[in-house]
Amino acid sequence: MSTAEHDIQPRTVSLADDPGLPERLRRAWETAPGLVGWISSVDHKSIGRRYIVTAFAFLLLGGLEALIIRLQLAHADQHFVTPEQYDQLFSMHGITMIFLYALPVLSGFSNFLFPLVLGARDMAFPRLNAFSYWVYLASGLFMYASFLAGAAPDDGWFNYAPNALRPYSPGPNMDFYALGMIFLGVSTTVGAANFVVTVLRMRAPGMTFARMPILVWGTFSASAGILLAVPAVSLAFFLLWLDRSFGTHFFSGTEGGQPLLWQHLFWIFAHPWVYIIVLPAMGLVSDALPILCRRPIVGYGLVAGATVATMMIGFGVWAHHMFATGLPAIASAYFSAASFIIAVPSAVATFAWIATIWSGRPRINTAFLYFVGFIVMFVIGGVSGVVTAAAPADLQLTDTYFVVAHVHYVLIGINLFGVLGGLYFWFPKMTGRLLGERLGHWNFWITFVGFNAAFMPMHLTGLMGMPRRVYTYPADPGLDLVNLISTLGSDLLGVGILLLVVNVWLSLKKPKTAPDNPWDAPTLEWAVASPPPPYNFAVIPTVASRHPLWEAHMSNRSGVSVLDRGFALDDGKEALATTVLEARPDLVLKMPNDSPWPFLLTLVMSVFFTALLVQAWWVGAVSVAGLLVCTLVWLWPQRRLAQTAEPPHV
Amino acid sequence: MSETALQRSLPLGSTGHKAGGWFGVMTLIVTEASLFLYLLFSYYYFALWGKGDFVPSPLPKFGLSLPDTAILLFSSATVWWGERAARKSSRRQMALGLLATIVLGAVFVGIQLVEWSQKPFHFNQSTYSALYFTVTGFHLAHVVAGLIILAALLVWDWLGYFDKDRHVSLAIGATYWHFVDVVWLAVFFTIYVTPYLGVR
Repeated sequence: MSTAEHDIQPRTVSLADDPGLPERLRRAWETAPGLVGWISSVDHKSIGRRYIVTAFAFLLLGGLEALIIRLQLAHADQHFVTPEQYDQLFSMHGITMIFLYALPVLSGFSNFLFPLVLGARDMAFPRLNAFSYWVYLASGLFMYASFLAGAAPDDGWFNYAPNALRPYSPGPNMDFYALGMIFLGVSTTVGAANFVVTVLRMRAPGMTFARMPILVWGTFSASAGILLAVPAVSLAFFLLWLDRSFGTHFFSGTEGGQPLLWQHLFWIFAHPWVYIIVLPAMGLVSDALPILCRRPIVGYGLVAGATVATMMIGFGVWAHHMFATGLPAIASAYFSAASFIIAVPSAVATFAWIATIWSGRPRINTAFLYFVGFIVMFVIGGVSGVVTAAAPADLQLTDTYFVVAHVHYVLIGINLFGVLGGLYFWFPKMTGRLLGERLGHWNFWITFVGFNAAFMPMHLTGLMGMPRRVYTYPADPGLDLVNLISTLGSDLLGVGILLLVVNVWLSLKKPKTAPDNPWDAPTLEWAVASPPPPYNFAVIPTVASRHPLWEAHMSNRSGVSVLDRGFALDDGKEALATTVLEARPDLVLKMPNDSPWPFLLTLVMSVFFTALLVQAWWVGAVSVAGLLVCTLVWLWPQRRLAQTAEPPHV
Repeated sequence: MSETALQRSLPLGSTGHKAGGWFGVMTLIVTEASLFLYLLFSYYYFALWGKGDFVPSPLPKFGLSLPDTAILLFSSATVWWGERAARKSSRRQMALGLLATIVLGAVFVGIQLVEWSQKPFHFNQSTYSALYFTVTGFHLAHVVAGLIILAALLVWDWLGYFDKDRHVSLAIGATYWHFVDVVWLAVFFTIYVTPYLGVR
């Protein structure tokens, strides 16, 4: 493969021997000030923070939509919003929370944390990383621009055909959604590819798979799932767009169309998606909770294995969303059984968390409370999931508020509560400031009580037979009280989230005084400053155990990690690639500088999708040429990156 | 890991299949293969669940499609030959291999377009016609993308960017081209062969 000609002997230094090293690295890695620098930054920490801030902005928008929905449903026979407005609100609420908040916020955490917990200087593809963020932002704005056109998607987030076809949905509403989802799929896919390759290549020497934090397992499994699942939904939306724009009949009920094919393609994607947006959050909890219990997680191997198993089985359960469509009984039986089985790995993780708390010495702070709330709601949402996994029960419950309750317990419980706990936990690392604990407790309890008051009654509302997605209800069946409780609960939940915003705002006004390792945590991100320097690690650490910072006081230690002596890699922006299985040093990587091309490519893509939306075909064709030019410039082999025949050292 | 493990000398920069881009193209292939899997899933879904025959008669013919398949397979061999040349720094063989592949790929595209024009149906005449053009169109778009990549590689080769160590983009481009060829086999089998096996 390689000859000695291009080989180098990287300099191994101790931090004490080379006091000028951090400053040299800072000059090489720092993002330039100003707008151009901001647009061009490929620093995974900035990108991670941008992801989180943007995802929270979408969370607030989606929450606002939900509050309007609940206001409309507070009493019977209300006309606060029109049926059409109501349709747009619940559709955009689902789209926002599931696609524009739930995964991106986790991508934010993973982007920020991956190189830090893996002992690396950046992600495998820094420019691709910036690109995935910009495309996420652009596609989110693209879908939200539908409100400006007065035509937001209005057929629900799963958008069933033939209702979503031109004859029944003549406006541009569903075109915004169809094209926006294909657009967003680009971001999700390249982001996932980046996580996968980062895990395979960018771990510090000695960090074998068995030494990776669980959050790496979670995002790694979810990213593999994304690579396999996202094409299904991109294709489904593409075919839908052909139906709507060119008069094909893939999903129509007549002329040879198959409306059920839409449901298959959609759920082949969307059920794995449910695991994709919870596994990384489960990973955050699996890493942070044990630290707050001052012990390693119980059953590391089981939890890591359960994570992978959940993702794999997650691909075999999609049709449990379709029991009511008249599938053959044998198919229903299979999908029902698979849906029961998937409860097993979830239970493994749950018992591991409980055992960790049980046998640890918990530090009861806001993050800990959120993690416990996470477990409680995971159990409730899991049990209601097992209920709906039974095909006969599902026939009764499908499309009622019981399912609404289930999906919110799962998504708010396992995603939002994990994320909020993770935010309290990693906020000092991200910003150099701790979040207020007193306000944090108020924030947790109001959110927790508000959430349960809003969604616990919905189980009952559903069992009483109230269908979801109907803009109002008559006074007769006695649905007033449960709905009013849900509305008051959701208002309380809104207050809780508002307290979080206040807490973040107050903390950001304070000076950066957070210690490097406020929780006495064992993993590598806590070995560097809060917030970390642009280059993360001045010397490349060598890892000998799962808990590099706890080795001194753990009795059964497997080795001694070396954090203050290692490769300097200070000839410009350099990073280390290691072998896939054993994590041995393999290659010295030349890392790309900040680049405006990811941003520019995103701009051209936005023009492209807008052209398709308004059917300005020649603008679309021109922008395809623009895409080609941008991509070519981006990928042009660079001598500085040691991609061309000339040796980089002259 | 012992200190001695850190004393080894290491390659610098993009080298062979150790480059990040090599891993990157693998993830691209996984996700693109999934895309075609779902496309063909849709095809079989229509063929198996539709009322009456999904594939209109006359069934797809082999007159153009079989030679076209052979041409594409042969182009995999030429790109392999060109990539092999990189390992011994033979820029002329590299260029020849790439050029031959581009010509063969362009012939494939041409024959596909002739085949399209000879079809007795237009795009949205039936679900079959729409899906036929969608599936083969997706593949054709991938061939065209591959041709653009090969053209860029040819230019880069001409500029002297590659030698026996630095030719990662060539390896990546060639791998992508092989993938596009393998996908064609699946498309060809589905659209041209299975109707004769009773899937219609």
